[in-house]
Order: sequence, then C-alpha cells, then structure tokens
Amino acid sequence: MSLAYYPGCTLKTRARNLEEPAVASMEALGLKLDEVPRWNCCGAVYSLADDDLIHQVAPVRNLIRVKKQGKSELVTLCAFCLNTLKRANLLMKQDVAKRDTLNDFIDEGIDYGGEVKVLHLLEVLRDRIGWEALSRKVKLPLHGLRAAPYYGCTLLRPREIAIDNVENPTVLGDFLRALGAGPVDFPESTRCCGSYQVVSSPGDIAEYARPILNSALSHGAEALVLTCPLCDYNLGRGQKELIKKGSGFKEMPLIYFTQLLALALGLGPQACHFELNHGGPESLLKEKNLLPQTRSVQLIEG
Amino acid sequence: MSAKQTKKKSAATAVKHRAKETAATAVKEKKQIAARLIPIYIMGKRYEVPEGLTIMKAMEYAGYILIRGCGCRGGTCGACGTFYRKPGDYKLQVALACQKTVEPDMYIAQIPFFPANRAAYDFAGLTAAPEEVFKLYPELFRCVACNSCTKACPQGIEVMDAISALKQGNITVAAQLSFDCIQCGLCTSRCFGELAQYHMFQLARRIYGARIIPRAEHLAGIVKAVNEGKYDRFLDELKGTKEAELKKLYQEREIEPMAAGEDWKPKDSRYL
Amino acid sequence: MTKKASVTISPKKSRREFIKKVKELSGQNLQLCYQCGMCTGNCPAAANMDVSPRRIIELARLGLEEEIAGSRTVWVCASCLACAVNCPRGFDLARVMEAIRLLTLRKNVDRVRPEDIPPQERGDLPQIAMVSGLRKLTG
Ligand code: SF4
Ligand code: SF4
Ligand code: SF4
Ligand code: SF4
Ligand code: FES
Repeated sequence: MSLAYYPGCTLKTRARNLEEPAVASMEALGLKLDEVPRWNCCGAVYSLADDDLIHQVAPVRNLIRVKKQGKSELVTLCAFCLNTLKRANLLMKQDVAKRDTLNDFIDEGIDYGGEVKVLHLLEVLRDRIGWEALSRKVKLPLHGLRAAPYYGCTLLRPREIAIDNVENPTVLGDFLRALGAGPVDFPESTRCCGSYQVVSSPGDIAEYARPILNSALSHGAEALVLTCPLCDYNLGRGQKELIKKGSGFKEMPLIYFTQLLALALGLGPQACHFELNHGGPESLLKEKNLLPQTRSVQLIEG
Repeated sequence: MSAKQTKKKSAATAVKHRAKETAATAVKEKKQIAARLIPIYIMGKRYEVPEGLTIMKAMEYAGYILIRGCGCRGGTCGACGTFYRKPGDYKLQVALACQKTVEPDMYIAQIPFFPANRAAYDFAGLTAAPEEVFKLYPELFRCVACNSCTKACPQGIEVMDAISALKQGNITVAAQLSFDCIQCGLCTSRCFGELAQYHMFQLARRIYGARIIPRAEHLAGIVKAVNEGKYDRFLDELKGTKEAELKKLYQEREIEPMAAGEDWKPKDSRYL
Repeated sequence: MTKKASVTISPKKSRREFIKKVKELSGQNLQLCYQCGMCTGNCPAAANMDVSPRRIIELARLGLEEEIAGSRTVWVCASCLACAVNCPRGFDLARVMEAIRLLTLRKNVDRVRPEDIPPQERGDLPQIAMVSGLRKLTG
C-alpha cells in the first residue's frame, strides 16, 4: 500500500534527517510514501486574512496534484506543511465561493473541492498502524531514553485542524511509549518557539527557547522530540545563544520523531543523518546503547 | 567640437540615415507585396500591415525604427519579448516579435526590457550548495506558486517549477528546466512575488555547468595531448600547404555520417 | 510592558474606515471581546510587545489607527494562535493581528527587506523560515 507524500522544501536540504528516516521506516512498516509529482512550496504559513486568496494558491495547487496523482490521502512530516495544507483544504471544502475562484484561477483542469484527506505521519501511525502493532515491530526498544515530546504550535492550533487534544495532547508521548522510551511530559510542550520571528528579530529567539528548555530540563528530559524543522532551527539556535550567555544548562539534543522511529525499527543510524542534528544526540544515544555499531565498523574491527 | 559631440552627431546621422533606408525599403515592400492588409494595434494605435509579416517587421512597416527591442531576429537573443491580446479573449498572449506573424486585430506592446536586479558575485567563490542561491536571491522565497510566469514564457519553460526546484534546493532540476531561457524578462514582468526569475536561472545554470555535471574525462585527455604538442607537426604541415591544395583537402574531407555509431573511425587515421 | 495606561479618544482620532477594514480582513466581530486578558496571558511574545494583545483589540475597536501603527506589537506576533485557542469568547485575535499587518503591507511598505538580511543569515536560515518570514513581513 502507498500514501501520497508531501515533503516540503526544508526536508530536501537541512531537514533530510526528518525525511529520510521516515521514508525508510514506513517502507519497513509496509507503507510506501509516494512523493507528489511536481509539488511546490506550500507557503509555510496559512494566510489569516479573509480576502487574501493568492496565498491559498500554493497549498491548493499541491492538493490538486494529489488528486491528479489518483490519491485520496496525503501524508506530511513537517508540522508547518501539515497546518497550511490542512487549513487550505478545509477552506476548499467549506467556502464554495472561494473554492470556485481558486479553481478558476489555478486552472489545472480539475475541480477541487477539498476531497483529499491531509494527515500527519503521527496520525497514520496512531490510526492506521496502531500503537500496539507498532510496538510489536520494534527491534531495538528505546529503553531508558527520557525524551520530552515538543509539539509547538502547528500540529494543534487552530482547533479545527488539531491532530490531537489541544490542551492535553498525548500522540507524541504514546508514540514514544510504543517505541519503548519513557516520555517526559512538560507544561511548555505547546509553547511557540518564535517561528518566523527569527527572520526579523533573530536576537529574540533565545528568549523564546528559554522557558521551553527550562521546563523540559526541570522535568528530567534528556532530549526534545520534534516534528518541525523551524522548531529545530529556533530551539537549536536559541539554545546555543543561551549557553553562550552562560545560562548554566548544558546543550540538550534535539531529535526528530522519525529518527527515533527508524532507530527503534532497527534500521540503524545510517538512516538517520544525525550529523544534521542540534545538540549532538549521538553521545546520548550511545550512552543508552541505542546506536548499534554499523556494519562497516564491525568489518573493520573484525 | 569635442569627441563626445562628434560621436553624438554621427550617431544621430546614422539613425536618420537608417530611418530613410527603412522608409525606402518599406515603400518598396509596399509596392511589391500584393498581400492582403490586415489591421493591428501597436501600443493602441491602428495600422494596416501586410499579412504574413512578423510582429517586428510589421512594426517597421508601420514606421517604427527599432534600436532596442531587437537583436538577433532569429528567436535566440530574447530582446523582442512581446505581449498581445485579441478582442473577445481575456487571455494575455506572449510572443517573440521576430518570430510571431501578425494576426488581425492583435493589440501589441513590445517589452524590450524589464527592470530586474542581477546579484553581484564572484563565481570562483561559489560552491554547488543550494544556499548560494538563497544568499544571492533571498526574494526567491516570495514566490506564491501563482504560475503567471509559466504562462508568460514564450519559450514554453515551466518557470514556476524551476523556481520551485530552487526553493527545494535542487539546482540541477532548475538548470535543466530553464535551459531554453533566452532572458526576455516576460516572466519577471508578470511575477506576483517580484522575483527576477531569469537571473536566478542563469546562476543555477552556471553552478550546474561548473560545479555539478561531471567533467568529460576524454576531453581532459585531449587537452593534455594538445598541450604536449601532439598535433603541432600536423598544424605545421597545414600551414605550409598551398591555398589550392588546402581548398581541395577541405572539400574532400571525410565527414562523420549523421547516424554513425560510437565506434566510427575515419578511414585516414593518421591524425588520431 | 504596556507603554501607556490611558489613551485619549476623540472623534478626530477615531478612524471609522480603519475599524471597518480590520473587521473585513479579519472576519472577526471586535465587540465579542470582553477584555479578560487570557490572550495576553498566553502570548509567548507579550514580553516583546509595547502594547499587549488584549489592548490591541481595544484600540482597534475604538478606531485608534495611529496608536496601533506606532506600536511594534503586530510585527512581534508569531501567529502561534495561543491567544485564539485560549479565548473564552472564541475570538481569533491572530486574525486581527494579520489584518493590521496587511493594512501596512498592502501599501507596498515592507517590514523587513530581504536585502537587509545579512547574507550569512540568508544562507543559514532554513527555507521554512525565509518563506514564512517573507510571507508575514513583506507585502
Ligand atoms: S524563463 Fe522568463 S526570461 Fe526566460 S525565456 Fe521564459 S519568460 Fe523569458
Ligand atoms: S510568477 Fe512569481 S510568484 Fe508566480 S509562480 Fe512565478 S515565480 Fe512564483
Ligand atoms: S482572551 Fe479573548 S475575550 Fe479575553 S481579552 Fe483576549 S480576545 Fe478578548
Ligand atoms: S498569535 Fe500572536 S498575539 Fe496571539 S498568542 Fe501568538 S504571538 Fe501572541
Ligand atoms: S530579436 Fe532576438 S529573439 Fe527576437
């Protein structure tokens, strides 16, 4: 079985460590991620103005490409892409007048009415595969890893597109539990990382990161688990600046949920691109015996 | 009279002269061409021009003297990008003025130039990393995927897809998709995000050509042989040959057949 | 954090047209808000704002365009929607922030110029940051 898959720009460069372990893991779970042909940038942020249709064109064009691909469900890994695509889809479903205008303008020879279902990979794991079935596939349980799920904004807000309970989300924690890790819940797990403010006010980013990191640390987290490349950048950068300022805490590894999935499924660190991570997760994972030696290393030693 | 003034004056004379010449040809053409006259509108004014002319020739027929907005007249320089519309059709059409023949009731405006900033860079210092493009053209990220650029390209390039590829960090795809770009600027004139697409594409093709496609190994071998003087003797021989003999050699030279296979060799293999 | 505790309202300062446009663009009924301050309490950017989110609504519904234009608040907002999901009145403040930003951006005035972002930053920021930043802060 295969699902249409929308990667998003950053997953093709900086966040290959979010994409590649997901593709490998899903293949191992028997679900192929089938990249949408000719996809374009979704625009990252959803337009909040009632009369602004031009910024809906990019996400809707992608949804049309999914329909042309002959698929009815679309999976994303990046939380930002999920948010923008899912909200644009809702608009196409609910607002007939805007739907017609957009279809006319986009002119792809297809009438689109919001029929594609937009999903995050976590939803596929939870609702299609199921936590129990997933845990049966685990070859290397992440025992002893105290990882804190960080949701950020876009998986949960606004309410209409949330993939879980807005106030008290559990999906990332359940996911970690299925992999054998001990999730660390902390109160600031849905607090904003500063988002696009890093473009105009990079100096403010450390102060966005501070309460999030402090809260996770004080609840005993050894690593933060993420779903979004912008959270990754902002928290990574903010953390470095805080350490430079002498705020007293040591750097905490930031890890994408897909990397932990690949590790637990026994796909090894080769699938994970840890070199792209902030906070050097490798030493933590090694300490927990979660980095099996790669074949080449064994060959050299043997 | 200063040198500058002289130059100006002679330039002016040249233009006048050319005007006379064009007018003369136009009259001659008017007499010669028995073709049907059709109405077209150039920048809103009606003219009757013989059918079958290109837009560029029709403009000249109507009395325009093109000192900008025309170059190669062969569809490759990109100087003559043109927009037109026909009554009863909301669609904006594009063409190269030197290539497209006039049609009745066309409303025409040539866009000889459209402002577009080209980033300054020292190419020697650039790598094949996608970030090179991000650094030089950050406005790339303002694209909204409206597709107006693709619709405006007279070369049929999928401009939006090429911009998409750059955003995704894929210089190779951008370079390949934009290979036929002649830098006419029509895409840029239509861009909602105010991007200068064709300058970005040029950068992509440069990086692709110099840093991404593999070098041809056999070419390096030949260059080395040339530098080591392998062919000097043959060149000296040619230099010493009489003109008549040279012509004969040239006319009788062996040409590789169109459908020759990889292993084709000339009969005379002395120079290989 | 709040610059001034009080503002002077006069028919001369109140801009009807502004109120109308904010309502149109945001699709929000400004009268819905009862000024409880839950939005400000949940806003991760409030510490960087000179006018609190709650107060923006108050100023907007009074039509005090100049007070708002002089504040950095809407430009500091990260569109995180913490205000919207926590509002007991179901009011979407993030849309009001966007409406006010657009009233400036649509006059062809940008908040950041891509050219002014240092080249080193442009190479370092991931695409997702540049796309979202330029969407929110340029017109
Ligand atoms: S890509 Fe743009 S500049 Fe190049 S040929 Fe097409 S319209 Fe002209
Ligand atoms: S015209 Fe500009 S904004 Fe529209 S798709 Fe092309 S590059 Fe993007
Ligand atoms: S939370 Fe809602 S009702 Fe309360 S002040 Fe903010 S917008 Fe107004
Ligand atoms: S959307 Fe803006 S105003 Fe609302 S909580 Fe987030 S940063 Fe604050
Ligand atoms: S004159 Fe060169 S392309 Fe038309």
